[in-house]
Amino acid sequence: MGEFIMKTDNYILGIETSCDETAAAIVKNGKEIIANVVASQIDSHKRFGGVVPEVASRHHVEQITMVLEETFKKADMTWKQIDAVAVTEGPGLVGALLVGVNAAKALAFAKQKPLVGVHHIAGHIYANRFEREFEFPLLALIVSGGHTELVLMKEHGSYELIGETRDDAAGEAYDKVARVLELPYPGGPQIDRLAAEGEESIDFPRAWLDKDSFDFSFSGLKSSVINKTHNAAQRGENLDKHDIAASFQASVVDVLITKTWKAAEKYHVKQVIVAGGVAANQGLRQALTEKFKRTGIPLLVPPLKLCTDNAAMIAAAGFVSYKQGKRSGWDLNANPSLVLQ
Amino acid sequence: MNILAMDTSNQILGVALLKDGQLIGDITTNIKKNHSVRLMPAVNQLMHEVNMTPTELDKIVVAKGPGSYTGVRIGLTTAKSMAWSLDIPVVGVSSLEALAWQGRFYDAYICPFFDARRGLVFTGLYQTKDNKLELVDDEKNVLMEDWLKMLDRTGKDVLFLSPDINKHEELIRSYLGDRAIIPEGPFHLANPSHLGFAGLHLQPDSTHALTPNYLRLAEAEANWLKKEQAKNG
Ligand SMILES: [Zn+2]
Repeated sequence: MGEFIMKTDNYILGIETSCDETAAAIVKNGKEIIANVVASQIDSHKRFGGVVPEVASRHHVEQITMVLEETFKKADMTWKQIDAVAVTEGPGLVGALLVGVNAAKALAFAKQKPLVGVHHIAGHIYANRFEREFEFPLLALIVSGGHTELVLMKEHGSYELIGETRDDAAGEAYDKVARVLELPYPGGPQIDRLAAEGEESIDFPRAWLDKDSFDFSFSGLKSSVINKTHNAAQRGENLDKHDIAASFQASVVDVLITKTWKAAEKYHVKQVIVAGGVAANQGLRQALTEKFKRTGIPLLVPPLKLCTDNAAMIAAAGFVSYKQGKRSGWDLNANPSLVLQ
Repeated sequence: MNILAMDTSNQILGVALLKDGQLIGDITTNIKKNHSVRLMPAVNQLMHEVNMTPTELDKIVVAKGPGSYTGVRIGLTTAKSMAWSLDIPVVGVSSLEALAWQGRFYDAYICPFFDARRGLVFTGLYQTKDNKLELVDDEKNVLMEDWLKMLDRTGKDVLFLSPDINKHEELIRSYLGDRAIIPEGPFHLANPSHLGFAGLHLQPDSTHALTPNYLRLAEAEANWLKKEQAKNG
């Protein structure tokens, strides 16, 4: 019967363009990064004080094939070795997502490979699998510019939303507070940096909501910071930006940690995972690490460069769907409000 | 020589396959439906019907705009990604030029245009010379009234081609009267087989460098430039 090749390893090409990073990656067996290329547009969007969707989409179409080529070069691999193409289908900016989705479809069609659509947040969760194998049930806290969610996973590829924000995402609150403090874009890392040097001298509110709720709310906190700052300015007082940042961050971190810890206990999870751009926040990382050191539940926080958007995480999540036999058709579309399930 | 031509730059979704300079199949729809959902299935269906596999393709031609920003990007992203992965050349052809092909044998100026809202159009001026279509006046995003005044001054007959012709016909007549030639029916719709022919002899673009022919800056970028210019006096 000719040569018989035992193929045990799977290589997935991942593509991610949901916001302002054009990214591609090749991942082996869902847990080993072979190549991971991210072309950031942050310098372009800085001048607008935030991501402009049309500008982001324009950059994506200019960058996409270059990023792909660099990925294959870095991996030193050919298409023959690729088992499937995984792509972020949502949520995100629709015009930005469309570039990745259509690129992935074109590649999968041209090279006759299976196509797998991936939820962006599933990707963020799976960024942790490069560090350590998952143990179920596990709890994931996702914090980013667009998300603040608690997700319970009982097995690979299964996601149960147990808590989410009722208004602003944590990252959104960071950005808005940064604007009030007149910090340059992006504001999150700036607040984190100021907070490290400030003192928690202002008692900002913490929204606990109903007693047993794992939902979040950050709009009240955001308003409180804005009011305090404006009132002080009207009285001619000068509040120390470092202290505002430290107090604001303390409130955010307090709520995130308390709810995560409560959920972890309730569901008897074996691991807690932190994911999303805000997971790069030093204040949050430190506080979480300390809290969970005492509980005995292992805490996974991805390395900094895997916290922010990348395609390796999409390939890792895509690998799981691929193995479970999930496939997308040639009619796959970008879905800006895709639900995690 | 097998060529795949794709156009999703405006409402038309057009896909055509050419073999040695001959059309062997095409799919065209002129309905308000999502290009992102329908382009790849259309390519798949057409290639399946003519019994061709992606590896048999030698060249890809794509309409690069102007038109809907999103539509243009869907076509270009698909064309670039296919061409890159198959390691074959890709050519971007202006969507206006592709439309001008519908009037290629008419002895007059050819003015293809797309409505760009608020009285604006994406347009350019073409004519056929030595059996070749050539650009007489650069493609631009311009107020239709200003454009018609300019066309009036040329003193020549002008053939107008546009899927949005109904919206502008009255204004065109008011400026050019009988010198405006406005055909009926399908002449106003770009044809993907013409797009393929237009790209047949064109030098390929660099796959990485091929970018949409937007003819207009992103709004945020235009505003930012205005502010910068004001700052720098
Ligand atoms: Zn993200």
